[in-house]
Amino acid sequence: MEDDLLGRYAKVPARYDEMVDDAGAPRPHWRAFLAHLASLPADSVRQRHEFVDETIASDGVTYNVYADPKGASRPWELDLLPMILAEDEWRGIATAVAQRAKLLDAVLGDLYGEQTLLRDGLLPPALVFGQRSFLWPLHRVRPPGGVSLHIYAADLARAPDGKWWVIADRTRGPSGAGYALQNRVTLSRAFPDAFRELHVEQLAPFFNALQDSLYRHSSPMAGEAPLAVLLTPGPFNETYFEHSFLARFLGFPLVEGQDLVVRGDHLYLKTLRGLRRVHAVLRRLDDDFCDPVELRADSALGVPGLLHVVRKGNVVLANALGSGVLETGAFAGFYPALGERLLGERLAMPSIATWWCGEAPALDYVLAHLDELVVKPAYPSMQMEPVFGHRLDAAGRAELRDRLVQQPHAYVAQEWVKLSQAPTWEPLGNHLRPRATAIRVFAVATANGYTVLPGGLTRVSPREHDVVSMQSGGASKDTWVLAGRPVTRIPLRRPRLGVSDIAKSAVDIASRVGENLFWMGRYAERCEGLARLLRSALERVAESANKEAPALATLFSATDRLNVLPIRDDAKKDEEGSLDPRDPAASFLAAVVDPRVPGSLAANVWRLNGCANQVRERMSTDNWHVLNRMAQRLPGKDASLAAALALLDETMLSCVSLAGFMMDDMTRDESWQFLLIGRRLERLAHVSALVAHVLSLPLAGRTAALEWLLEAANCIVTFRARYRREAEILPVLHLVVFDDTNPHSVAFQLRALTLTLERAAEELGTGTASELLAPLGKALSRTSLDGFEPESGELLERACADLSALATTVEETAFVVSDELQRRFFSHAGTAAPTGFGARPS
Amino acid sequence: MTSASYVVLHDTKYEYEAPVGLSRQIVHLTPRQMPWQTCERSLLTVTPTPEILSVADDAFGNPLTSLLIEKDHATLEVRAQSWVTVSTREYPEDARTTPWEQVRAQLAYHAGVRLDASDLDATRYLFESMRVRNKRELALWSAECFRPGTPLLVGVRALMHRIHDELVFDPAATTVSTPVMEVFERRRGVCQDFAHLMISCLRSLGLASRYVSGYLLTRPPPGKKRLVGADASHAWVSVYLPGFGWVDADPTNAVFPQLEHVTLGWGRDYDDVIPLRGVLLGGGSHELTIRVTVAPVAEAGEVLGPLAT
Repeated sequence: MEDDLLGRYAKVPARYDEMVDDAGAPRPHWRAFLAHLASLPADSVRQRHEFVDETIASDGVTYNVYADPKGASRPWELDLLPMILAEDEWRGIATAVAQRAKLLDAVLGDLYGEQTLLRDGLLPPALVFGQRSFLWPLHRVRPPGGVSLHIYAADLARAPDGKWWVIADRTRGPSGAGYALQNRVTLSRAFPDAFRELHVEQLAPFFNALQDSLYRHSSPMAGEAPLAVLLTPGPFNETYFEHSFLARFLGFPLVEGQDLVVRGDHLYLKTLRGLRRVHAVLRRLDDDFCDPVELRADSALGVPGLLHVVRKGNVVLANALGSGVLETGAFAGFYPALGERLLGERLAMPSIATWWCGEAPALDYVLAHLDELVVKPAYPSMQMEPVFGHRLDAAGRAELRDRLVQQPHAYVAQEWVKLSQAPTWEPLGNHLRPRATAIRVFAVATANGYTVLPGGLTRVSPREHDVVSMQSGGASKDTWVLAGRPVTRIPLRRPRLGVSDIAKSAVDIASRVGENLFWMGRYAERCEGLARLLRSALERVAESANKEAPALATLFSATDRLNVLPIRDDAKKDEEGSLDPRDPAASFLAAVVDPRVPGSLAANVWRLNGCANQVRERMSTDNWHVLNRMAQRLPGKDASLAAALALLDETMLSCVSLAGFMMDDMTRDESWQFLLIGRRLERLAHVSALVAHVLSLPLAGRTAALEWLLEAANCIVTFRARYRREAEILPVLHLVVFDDTNPHSVAFQLRALTLTLERAAEELGTGTASELLAPLGKALSRTSLDGFEPESGELLERACADLSALATTVEETAFVVSDELQRRFFSHAGTAAPTGFGARPS
Repeated sequence: MTSASYVVLHDTKYEYEAPVGLSRQIVHLTPRQMPWQTCERSLLTVTPTPEILSVADDAFGNPLTSLLIEKDHATLEVRAQSWVTVSTREYPEDARTTPWEQVRAQLAYHAGVRLDASDLDATRYLFESMRVRNKRELALWSAECFRPGTPLLVGVRALMHRIHDELVFDPAATTVSTPVMEVFERRRGVCQDFAHLMISCLRSLGLASRYVSGYLLTRPPPGKKRLVGADASHAWVSVYLPGFGWVDADPTNAVFPQLEHVTLGWGRDYDDVIPLRGVLLGGGSHELTIRVTVAPVAEAGEVLGPLAT
């Protein structure tokens, strides 16, 4: 089959091909993998391809193009075939990238220090002072250990002659290392044999070095373990998946700006137990968003006062604030001279030929050679797409010339790179297809200079096209660097713990995490409760027998009380008198599947997903898988009755497995307590609300509602087993409200919630509002069942009214407790608002 | 050489709708020392008393006070009192200054050519900043003031007059956040707008220009007494003349400042030298009152009473 694979491979002329030489013969370092691929039956390759896609879907690997919680996040694309690089070639790449990282770190040190490069005419001030990302407040602030660039990435491409070029530098907070790791996890499982036999270099040591880089220059007090966090802009960021994946992998809490606070000269994490000092921050937040006091005032994502802590040298930022100034491509042409000056070395790998138009000779050259060049902004803040000169018509070219002449310093032109081609797997034809490719390679600062991730994020163009970017829809590849010798498996090492750390891990739980787990608990329980209730409704709709009419009417009013149904259009109501114009069947259906109905099951599944997204670094892959699938399986607002019923069954199964994960899988730390509290609180409120409503109905409706009440409260099986008869009010109420051996009863949940709150109070050393529940438990235990014996009459009516009122109080109290928890543990001091722009000189 | 001495009182009061639990502010209210300006004394009084108050120079060399208040408060009062003496300064004769294109060429980048410290410093003020735009249409608009070979200060003075003559001083026309190109379009605004526009014009031509924050002595109407709080902060511009240094120009009043302008500090634009900016927790909406008084020392006792000493 190898001949077949190669025979159908249409090598692109005048491009370097990663897999085959000019004669079409496989390059030596590809032979072993190709032989392995050829030895696999077609079925087996297809299965591996499916495995890769499924793993990405179930791990929820995404890259948000324009993310919103309703699922616009795009699944990550990973090609089945790795990019393979030979050992000796890699050594050259790694040396060059390490050298470049060292150079760029030195450049940053100079720009934020003495500025000799500007003074001596080695760099134009326009490219430094003209950039928003040059942060004057950081001038003369030396980062701890003198390291600005902890992590650096270079985008590399290979020219037709086989030589590698640097096409871009990433210095702010390069993304991609986490995706590279995720790709490795997936692909090493898709090709376990080949992966082992080819002796592929390990990625884990790089991440250990990254941890060290953050800890090395931090300054904890004696006896204090250093705490590093990963600062993210939040789930709407395009690479949020990577933030949470890396945070979990590195063992850093994943935090947003609002989780951090400056007190005195130090930075702290707000945790459920109070403030805990932060020594290092791996940041994915743009430089100028980091401190609204001194940088962009309109940033709600940053930490007020962070610059003060930075100036005091009390926190390590990776990378240092202001590092983004080197992201412009315009520096490339200056680096060779800077290498000589700062390192006394020649650059081992050239940058792609680059002309900064701010120099007159460069501008002249660019204007004369527009066809061969790509024009880009010199200032990344311009957000201009690259312009390929050869694709412009006459008018477009004239317009571009004009722009270049008017603002020459704002533009940079680069040679149009004829990217090398790597084979990708075409599942439809079972064959290989060449695609333009580029690699992002990562370096991290260590005590012995920069070390380079042996691998990287390889990206391929979506079509026969020369633009390689995840934003424009390309796919990625795992990158295999062949070691040429057996590789020892090195597991990821977490920082060594001291005795004092053993019990402390729980202390690091951000309040926001507690809050999200609490709401996750509430939404998960709400989804389950709604699914049961709506299944009772839809099953009766499906049977459409007249005998179900009274039960359906009560289900309609009950779901309406819970605000689950589409909102009644009051204008229509007037036209048709006092009758509720809503069609019950359609309303129930919408309550299941229409996410635009605020109280619907679909809307709550999305909310659950949103909360889970915020804390996904705390969830096991399986747990995440179930959550993710729940949202993915929502059929959309026009679903049929059958689809809705199927969805309800599936949702219930998912909820049950989530509950199982929660009880069996999750670490029982303080945040887990909040998840449990959320669940209990929601269940208590839900069942109490249903009981209150049923008991408020007139006798006939009340009787008709008893059976679905048992179903909705998940008591029907117990009831049948115990009584083997039709539902009657006395035994139903006993089981659903008073029986404290029944885990679904009000009494049981009330007691369980109280106990959980008390235990949390003990652990956290502060009250959890459990005292609010005590009077309710007493009131419940004092309530006599005698009143429910008569089949009808005033005694029964009074008993029903009293219990209905008590159940309503239980529901309301549950919500008061929720608000109290919110106030005491989650919100801390609220959000910071900028001020000071109201006053102006005149 | 003559001089003038002033007492400047700058009161800022925030009244918040809801209590503020934490307030972190940075303050540019201390006059900068310069060859022609001496600040003899400066007092900053903050109520409630901050938990932390520290003084340092900012990146542009201006005195900067940082403060942190961590107790609940419903009002924040910041009172800056300064005793300043301003001396007359020498301006070069307009017609003898370097032609503007030569100034532009000297500041432009030439590979391998060394910049002296003051030219390098000037390059900070050549490019766009948060509130300053470098635009072709501004360069075109300014071209009639800067014809080929025009000595720098001849051009600066002409531009200053043109902005003064063509723009209407109108506090209702703009707010603190009105973009400079909108000011240019509508030809209206206040001193801050005039300054940002003039800076934008100069930078669009390739000249280095910075924003100066300070105060202007105002004259009470004839026969009336000087009133406390009748003045306001002021802003003007400064332009770089290689070999000489920085030359101030006030487009709002069409003068090159002398004894009636008191300088607080400078930066690329207003954002670098906002008198009081920061972040708070809580507060809701607020009311802001600012009262500025610039009193010549001779009148200070009468106008300001005990605050003058």
